[in-house]
Amino acid sequence: MTTPRTLYDKIWDAHVVVPQEDGVSVIYIDRHLVHEVTSPQAFEGLRTAGRQVRRPEATLAVADHNVPTTDRAHGIADEESRIQIETLEQNCKDFGVEYLDMSDIRQGIVHVSGPEQGFTLPGATIVCGDSHTSTHGAFGALAFGIGTSEVEHVLATQTLVAAKSKNMRVNVTGDLPVGVTAKDLALAIIGEIGTAGGTGYVIEYAGDTIEKLSMEGRMTLCNLTIEGGARSGLIAPDQKTFDYVQGRPRAPKAGQWETAVKIWSQLYSDPDAHFDREITLKADEIAPQVTWGTSPENVLPITAVVPNPAEVADAAHKAAMERALQYMGIEAGAPLTSLKVDRVFIGSCTNGRIEDLRAAAAIAEGRKVAPHVGAMVVPGSGLVKEQAEAEGLDKIFIEAGFEWREPGCSMCLAMNADKLKPGERCASTSNRNFEGRQGRGGRTHLVSPGMAVAAAIAGHLADVRDYN
Amino acid sequence: MEKFNKLTGVAAPLNLINIDTDMIIPKQFLKTIKRSGLGVHLFDEMRYDDAGNEVADFVLNKPQYREAKILVAGDNFGCGSSREHAPWAIADFGIRCVIAPSFADIFYNNCFKNGILPIALPQEQVDLLMDDAARGANAILEIDLDSQTIKGPDGGTISFEIDPFRKHCLLNGLDEVGLTLQKQDKIAEFEAARENAQPWL
Ligand code: SF4
Repeated sequence: MTTPRTLYDKIWDAHVVVPQEDGVSVIYIDRHLVHEVTSPQAFEGLRTAGRQVRRPEATLAVADHNVPTTDRAHGIADEESRIQIETLEQNCKDFGVEYLDMSDIRQGIVHVSGPEQGFTLPGATIVCGDSHTSTHGAFGALAFGIGTSEVEHVLATQTLVAAKSKNMRVNVTGDLPVGVTAKDLALAIIGEIGTAGGTGYVIEYAGDTIEKLSMEGRMTLCNLTIEGGARSGLIAPDQKTFDYVQGRPRAPKAGQWETAVKIWSQLYSDPDAHFDREITLKADEIAPQVTWGTSPENVLPITAVVPNPAEVADAAHKAAMERALQYMGIEAGAPLTSLKVDRVFIGSCTNGRIEDLRAAAAIAEGRKVAPHVGAMVVPGSGLVKEQAEAEGLDKIFIEAGFEWREPGCSMCLAMNADKLKPGERCASTSNRNFEGRQGRGGRTHLVSPGMAVAAAIAGHLADVRDYN
Repeated sequence: MEKFNKLTGVAAPLNLINIDTDMIIPKQFLKTIKRSGLGVHLFDEMRYDDAGNEVADFVLNKPQYREAKILVAGDNFGCGSSREHAPWAIADFGIRCVIAPSFADIFYNNCFKNGILPIALPQEQVDLLMDDAARGANAILEIDLDSQTIKGPDGGTISFEIDPFRKHCLLNGLDEVGLTLQKQDKIAEFEAARENAQPWL
């Protein structure tokens, strides 16, 4: 009898090239996504050592972090950003890697464009010099972020030297209430396990709630796995996954498709597989979530008040909380819905997909952004933008007072011109509320797309359920 | 990669939990296409005010810590993005060892590629080292990778864990890409089998 294995065990085993030596294995990498920020030094390393890219066809590059989201006809004004993007373009040319440039309709945030192109496939190992690579786990792919030295390693060898992680399973059962999304679920999980709760683990999400999530919802959930400390999130692929993948440019073609689905259908955790840690959540107990502090674990239901450090026993956590309240400019005991926002950002690899924009538009339709709020919608890719425009979502947003932008990372990390000014408060659908993340001194509250629109309309953090 | 064997120096205390990579090196410095020169921007937003002047009471601006070679920090150090600019900035400043109760996985990995030794220790031991570090130049720490020990200023020794492969690479300053390329035959074998079974990959 074979030992029961988890989904992670199965994918790992299938990719071991040279087994366990000194606690690490050489594992094969099927797919490599590359963007402009974490790759220049890696290509430079190849050049210096006179090395080639081992499998250019397994590599896909796209510029996303630095690209402007306003009129692109005049190129990139910021010189450093321009150089970084030109460097990527040149590197792709020199090493024979496919590159989606800024004028390409397929250009977008790596974690949006990859799945759209069918580059993301079940059972594959996928890496990118970006921590939110965990997103692709939604397809039952083992996907994780790596540093630039590892980017170079993968480019040169198509492998990584890695130690196996432990297995964790998060079970979620029941129906998510109206107004509660995959984003809220993900934030609630982080609130439960803490921002380092998943360190050293790969997290598999399971249960009927997960099965009911759309592919977009699954991507949102897996995307935020890294904010709980785990490098990868995983969801067993099912018919929904196969339907999403089928027919995409890089997906297996007719003739191979049936074989692929047969192999992918084996990708699940065996009934008696061992998990080192397991937690269970009830979906119907989750309310719309909002972060109040400077770590994604600083999260509460929108109906709560700002927590009080005096009630925290642990000294380190108490100190962190005091620092967070001061940075965020908020007082213990204040209702979260009383916090006035200056800006609203809808987009990012967490919530920049078509379903997110549909959910946001549904709340925005026929309403107006509060006069003091600057609000913008940044689609995750050119294809998302095109689809949204075909559905008339752009008009709904513009009519309501939102700006409608070109695709990219934008104010998720503020490397381009889109950023908060010191002291500005923002309801954001992105994934990190760290100090300075959206601009020096900026204050970020992470929320779902619907909640972001509710905040834009109300002018303060608000409960989306009041707008449904 | 620079070898790491023994390190003797002042340790700077930074007693915060969840120090993320945006704190270590904010995004405006990620536009570089080089690895070098990031040390002056290490902890930029805590270290300098809005006008770009040094914040006097930030630990690395204090005279006794300007040459610190070791950093002692709180739980979950290096969480957040995968940017290797974080260890590049730390190494460029001159810090070659970070001690904390725990590290985020990607950051931890990235350290080893850059000749930095991350040491995870139980909270009580980190607390002791934090107290030592607070004494500045009067409390030199001695780190010995080979024997996996930290010698404190008052003679006490603490041992730490590290996996053997990473230790070996760090001690010898090995180029991992070069090492893996020695296994090219195995990689090619793997690829051939995979091409056969799953030609779409
Ligand atoms: S959208 Fe934000 S989190 Fe996602 S890849 Fe871009 S910068 Fe990173």
